[in-house]
Amino acid sequence: MTVFIIRRLMQSSLVLLLMSLLVFFGVFAIGDPIEIFIAPDADQAERARAIAALGLDKPIWEQYVMFVANAVAGDLGRSFVFNIPSIELILQRMPATLELAIVAVALSVVLGVPLGMYAGYKPDGAVAKTIMAGSIFGFSLPSFWVGLMLILIFAVELGWLPSTGRGEVGTFLGIQSSIFTFNGLKHLLLPALNLALFNISLVIRLTRAGMRENLPMDYVKFARAKGLSKRRVILVHVLKNILIPIVTVVGLEIGSVIAFAVVTETIFAWPGMGKLIIDSINNLDRPVIVAYLMIVVLMFIVINLVVDILYSILDPRVRLGDMGK
Amino acid sequence: MKRPTLTALALAAALGLASATDVSAQALTIGVGGNITSMDPHFHNLGPNNGMAQHFFDRLVHMDERQRPTPGLAESWRTIDDNTWEFKLRRGVKFHDGSDFTAADVVATYKRVPWVPNSPSSFAAMVNGLDISVADPYTLIIKTPAPRPMLPIDLAVVNIVKASNVEAPTADFNGGKAMVGTGPFKFTGFLPGDRVTMERNDAYWGPKPHWATATVRIMTNASARSAAVLSGDVQIIDQLQTADLPRMRQNQAIRLETVTSTRLIYLHVDQERDATPFAFDKATGQPLAKSPLKDKRVREALSKAINREAITRQIFDGQAIPAGGLLPDGMYGVSPNLKPDAFDTQAAQALLREAGYPNGFKLTIHGPNDRYPEDDKVLQAIGPMFTRAGVETQVVTLPWATFATQSNRPNYAYSLMLVGWGSDTGETSSPLRALLATVNPQAGYGASNRGRHSNPAMDALLTKALQTVDAAAREKLLMEASEVALRDYGLIPLYYQVNLWAMRSNVTYQARTDEYTLAQFVKPR
Repeated sequence: MTVFIIRRLMQSSLVLLLMSLLVFFGVFAIGDPIEIFIAPDADQAERARAIAALGLDKPIWEQYVMFVANAVAGDLGRSFVFNIPSIELILQRMPATLELAIVAVALSVVLGVPLGMYAGYKPDGAVAKTIMAGSIFGFSLPSFWVGLMLILIFAVELGWLPSTGRGEVGTFLGIQSSIFTFNGLKHLLLPALNLALFNISLVIRLTRAGMRENLPMDYVKFARAKGLSKRRVILVHVLKNILIPIVTVVGLEIGSVIAFAVVTETIFAWPGMGKLIIDSINNLDRPVIVAYLMIVVLMFIVINLVVDILYSILDPRVRLGDMGK
Repeated sequence: MKRPTLTALALAAALGLASATDVSAQALTIGVGGNITSMDPHFHNLGPNNGMAQHFFDRLVHMDERQRPTPGLAESWRTIDDNTWEFKLRRGVKFHDGSDFTAADVVATYKRVPWVPNSPSSFAAMVNGLDISVADPYTLIIKTPAPRPMLPIDLAVVNIVKASNVEAPTADFNGGKAMVGTGPFKFTGFLPGDRVTMERNDAYWGPKPHWATATVRIMTNASARSAAVLSGDVQIIDQLQTADLPRMRQNQAIRLETVTSTRLIYLHVDQERDATPFAFDKATGQPLAKSPLKDKRVREALSKAINREAITRQIFDGQAIPAGGLLPDGMYGVSPNLKPDAFDTQAAQALLREAGYPNGFKLTIHGPNDRYPEDDKVLQAIGPMFTRAGVETQVVTLPWATFATQSNRPNYAYSLMLVGWGSDTGETSSPLRALLATVNPQAGYGASNRGRHSNPAMDALLTKALQTVDAAAREKLLMEASEVALRDYGLIPLYYQVNLWAMRSNVTYQARTDEYTLAQFVKPR
């Protein structure tokens, strides 16, 4: 297992290096950030000063070599527009995105698994058909539209929930999060639901498929014949067997929900990392774009590792040593 | 806002919380579309930052809602001779920490301005070359190397910080340590990308704000802003998008405030190259050896082919004003003789024939799709208008990040492009100098002259105007320069944007030409 983890980490650093190279030169190819930051009425002398101040007067390869040298020392550069170290900027926004992602994933498991199990247990009932039809909507409706509709209905028309933004932040066990205040939860509900909708549908479908596959299997019949109650067979034995694909998907979805909550964060003016990255791309704020993507890559690497380790716990047949080959 | 029920009120009173409702009546929440990037007032010369700084800091000269200079920390100013200015400072002004404001703070601030590290766009040009001396703690003498009539307007964007904070880095301003100004609000917090919070400065020298506390929420998504004001989460929003106009107009709880802005949307036309990259022969599709756009008659034809009324009516629901000059009528230096060209396809065709293009030609026009309200739709509307006049036109829109780089020096990649210009100075020397003067880095001319229009007569008039201290004589020169440039179709004006605010019906706001949304000027109704 140790060898497996070490080999994974070595592969990962290569991926990080390649990614930084691609992004660095990619952003350079899009355009000149100075044209975007500079006050339009600035004269040419001011433009030249700004270019030099941000180190953009050097050849691009030289800028990249400097970036890598600094990055190895743990410094990913300062944001051009905020003049704040980009790592600090991203970490400032991370709690808001994490709480949104965690609540969204929790919602998708808490709602998705029971609904999917029911739909798989009684596949021909009207309720099951409604659930499955609903999941098609969850898949296919674009999230920016759903988000706007949620705001229109629950905030503008009914006035039950606030339309946008993050609520008050509370502290619990030293962790600061808006999950810990009532006002915070009220702000969190709509964006989390919007973000979760796709995943709820995904989990419903996966769970239902797993149920349909497992129920006719011999071990279920055997357990029933042994005299175990229906409830115990389904909630313990079947559930354990259908969890493997769900863990994989939920694991990967945590990653994408954290990294790419861009649409939801923009519509709900949620001050998270997704909003930061989209603003940074519009501004060609290269240090933030590169740092953000490196953090995201790192996160996916860690999540994949955790998922692989979880497999071996859920299914003893899986051996980690074999997976690196 | 929800009305508290009788029981709730009784309960609150019983618990001794009745005062809580009074406090909430004095709290203001604003939703702004601009992304505020820093609290340091000298770090980034950017509209949203400059507007935000006005809550906490004052300037020697202030600009009113029509961008006319009014007294700020300077009570009065005059020229002693063409190169010497005297500013009399306001007495009895206190910083937020209780210390007195004096001339030393101004001197120190102007030294800080060119120093701020890593500034992506500084205010250095406003204070460069000034020789400042302190005659007494409330009198400043400023000498300039050449006559500089624009000095008060230049100084109207430089916020005065406390002398002891001039060496503070940008981080100290973002964190609040150095946020000691003389402005109407005291700083209480900044969360980048989320909000800025403040409380009233009860010792303010000017009219005190109505609100005990104010929160400015950064909401870059237009639909999110509209939803927030409709649901009452914020009391006022700026940059209302055209699509939401009908809904807001119907709603009894919402009021709108509008003013014609100083932002002109126009077409820049490549006038330098003999063969421009995007003009083609209609029959063969080959690039034309001789650029038609160098011919003034062709530029005039293109201007007359545009139906400005239709664009402002159909695309902007009337919330844009057809333009014939560089700034709306009534602003400083605007010639009353410049009117929008009337829509006349036949006149356009006649001009094209006269210029030697009886069958027209083929043209590709470029513009951004995420920079100005409805920019891509406007371009899509102009394409067919040109085609009807005989110039077969293809439209290409690009993200601003790419367009801005490609369209300007050194690439100059396009032949005809849609761009906008907001005049921060509120007068015509700003667009004349940046957009129409012959490109000349030494003089700071033509920094955004994407079409590279060049007319020595106009350059001479502008140079003279920029050194004429007498206001009436300068205005006359600027009017003349505008007429020369626009009669030559140095650029093709399209329309002036209209700044739109939507607010709950219990507040008012005096709409501003400079697009700022300032909490001190939001009033209850």
